[in-house]
Amino acid sequence: MDTDKLIRALVADERRQAASISSVWWGAMALAIALAGAVFFAVFGPRPDIAIAAESPRLLFKFVVMITLAASAFGLVRALSRPGEPWRHALPFLAAAPMLALIAVAAELFLVPSNLWSARLLGVNALACLSFISLVGIGPLAVFLLALRHGAPERPALAGAVAGLLAGGIAGAIYAAHCTDDSPLFVATWYTLAVAGLALIGAAAAHRLARW
Amino acid sequence: MDGRDENELARLMRAALAGDGKSYDSFLRAVAGLVRSLARRKVQTGIDAEDIVQETLLAIHVKRHTWRHDAPVTPWVYAIARHKLVDAYRRRRRGVEIEVGAIPETAVQPERESISDHEIGGVLDALAPGQRSAVAAICVDGHSIGEAARHLGMSEGAVRVALHRGLTAIAKRFGRM
Repeated sequence: MDTDKLIRALVADERRQAASISSVWWGAMALAIALAGAVFFAVFGPRPDIAIAAESPRLLFKFVVMITLAASAFGLVRALSRPGEPWRHALPFLAAAPMLALIAVAAELFLVPSNLWSARLLGVNALACLSFISLVGIGPLAVFLLALRHGAPERPALAGAVAGLLAGGIAGAIYAAHCTDDSPLFVATWYTLAVAGLALIGAAAAHRLARW
Repeated sequence: MDGRDENELARLMRAALAGDGKSYDSFLRAVAGLVRSLARRKVQTGIDAEDIVQETLLAIHVKRHTWRHDAPVTPWVYAIARHKLVDAYRRRRRGVEIEVGAIPETAVQPERESISDHEIGGVLDALAPGQRSAVAAICVDGHSIGEAARHLGMSEGAVRVALHRGLTAIAKRFGRM
């Protein structure tokens, strides 16, 4: 095929172009939150004492750290979905949520006597936490993978991993309203594991799906 | 590439995205020139620089919505070209880091057919028949949409749709290979 004719064909293909990356990501975000919320209310719903517990700084910490994670991942994954877009400057923000978690863990270790540490760490139901966060997060992750596919990520696996962090942050923030284990020791362990699992799935899936 | 070229290229692309076909044509031709000189500097034995040019143009076309209108356009173009170059390396199962000189010349390429003398032409065969004839009429025979429609006995709208789907399918195929 002649390059000159290819160019003429591309010019002739003047059908309306696809939706902009920015609007696709905001739409994906809205859809992901709606999906995660629907699964949350359909499967478990908020814990019974949510109104009282909402005043506890430990529960608030769960929301803050998960929303921080989602926000930092959102900025990064949007940059990663455009070719040639500088994204490294958005990378340090990703450290914000782990830093918050570390500070909260340090405070918890300081406030709670050491004989209670392991009980706080294991919580009431670590396994439920792992599986429910994955369950809530998998729908959003699928939506974000479609958004990545619409974009053109130069590093599909990295972008997929960050999409997993974003889905995990959303799922974690929503699941936090059900979970009665509020200790930062618990959150830093089990929430992190669940989010890391979603990041791994995201990386593996995007590596295959978001090629272009 | 200096700042004036960048500004001119960005201006053409903005006009193109607003629906100006003439600007789009100039934009793609300028981009083809840029990518051609990049590809000629970077290609290894067994890779045709013109294949990289064509795959890049196609990727730019189907992914043109990934350009941020207020961002410089040359880094975007080069990022896509690099991506396609790496793809081509990978397809030939060679690491990008291998130097051109390190590969013995004995790796002879099979002779290419004269009709589909570039890779995109070769992929045509994998398209659905309607898409193939529309893409072939325009890309290989060089017909306009109107000529292709008369030639194939299709409406112009149908040719447009088939061309669009065919080009998208070719671009996707290259992404997956």
